[in-house]
Amino acid sequence: MSGKHINLTLKVWRQKGPQDKGAFAEYQAKNVSEDASFLEMLDAVNEELVAKGDEPIAFDHDCREGICGTCGFVIDGEAHGPMKSTTVCQLHMRNFNDGATLTIEPFRAKAFPMIKDLMVDRSALDRIISSGGYISANTGNAVDANAILVPKPDADEAMSSATCIGCGACVAACKNASAALFTSAKISHMALLPQGQVERKERAIRMVGAMDAEGFGACTTTGACEAACPKEIQLTNISRMNREFFVANVTKRPKHKDGGAG
Amino acid sequence: MRIPGDPGYLNVELEKAGRVADFLELGELMCRDALERQESCGGHYREEYQVDGEAKRDDEKFCHVAAWEYTGKIDTSVRHKEELAFENVHLATRSYK
Repeated sequence: MSGKHINLTLKVWRQKGPQDKGAFAEYQAKNVSEDASFLEMLDAVNEELVAKGDEPIAFDHDCREGICGTCGFVIDGEAHGPMKSTTVCQLHMRNFNDGATLTIEPFRAKAFPMIKDLMVDRSALDRIISSGGYISANTGNAVDANAILVPKPDADEAMSSATCIGCGACVAACKNASAALFTSAKISHMALLPQGQVERKERAIRMVGAMDAEGFGACTTTGACEAACPKEIQLTNISRMNREFFVANVTKRPKHKDGGAG
Repeated sequence: MRIPGDPGYLNVELEKAGRVADFLELGELMCRDALERQESCGGHYREEYQVDGEAKRDDEKFCHVAAWEYTGKIDTSVRHKEELAFENVHLATRSYK
């Protein structure tokens, strides 16, 4: 614990509600501990605001340990701030210079409607998942986890895609506001595992369809998403999604008219 | 208690105030529940119902789970009993000394 404290000027986007025009407002963050996280710094600013009778800056947060995907906003043009592979809740103030001015704004995308201040509605991502980001399994006793053998390289690769926390930083970083990295991570995760094979083609077609229906932009492979991702989801997931979607479309078989009657 | 903001908009301070109110109400309900259970049982220990510092149960009157129904005000909550019936392993008392 170094005990060093810094002072910062914050330019924060304030917007009372979805219909409000909104504007940047300036605040002073005084005597901030280097060991504080970015959200703890905002908490302190908010305490001062409430004490004065002003409304605090509204922002999403939950676990505050970098794993849930709830928190997220843009600091000086970078989703989740300047540190690689780090969410704002795990971003510490020792990474900022004393006397600096920071611009803080929400994750902006047409598919993420504004709620208030730094909070946006990311339920579009939930709807993409419910369109196919799951496997259908019979209920009853859980199967012994070791009953289905998965080669370690496959398990590791699936895990590297499964680790997506659904924060939406990729969408915010993308100049087209594309959700390709998010959608491809889930399609990849399931396409790589035995349990995902049964519905593999349906899943690719449905999830890409849901992604497009939400109003996200198209992918032009800039890689800004991969650079902003706090969980290091790789761009190759998008390549895999493109391949899965193409193969699914050319090889899908129409439903049999009798539908399996014995 | 200071809650800034205007009606018709999302209000994080109001949400926090609501949670504090919930915790206070839950605390009160837990006290009422403890007062109703006139025995010592497991983690619930009352000085009036003990033998040499060991919990003394009253299985005749309290062999049940209490579930409280919210009526709008905590002090008028309704206590419902869910009787416990042990068929294979019967109730017994042992010494922990």
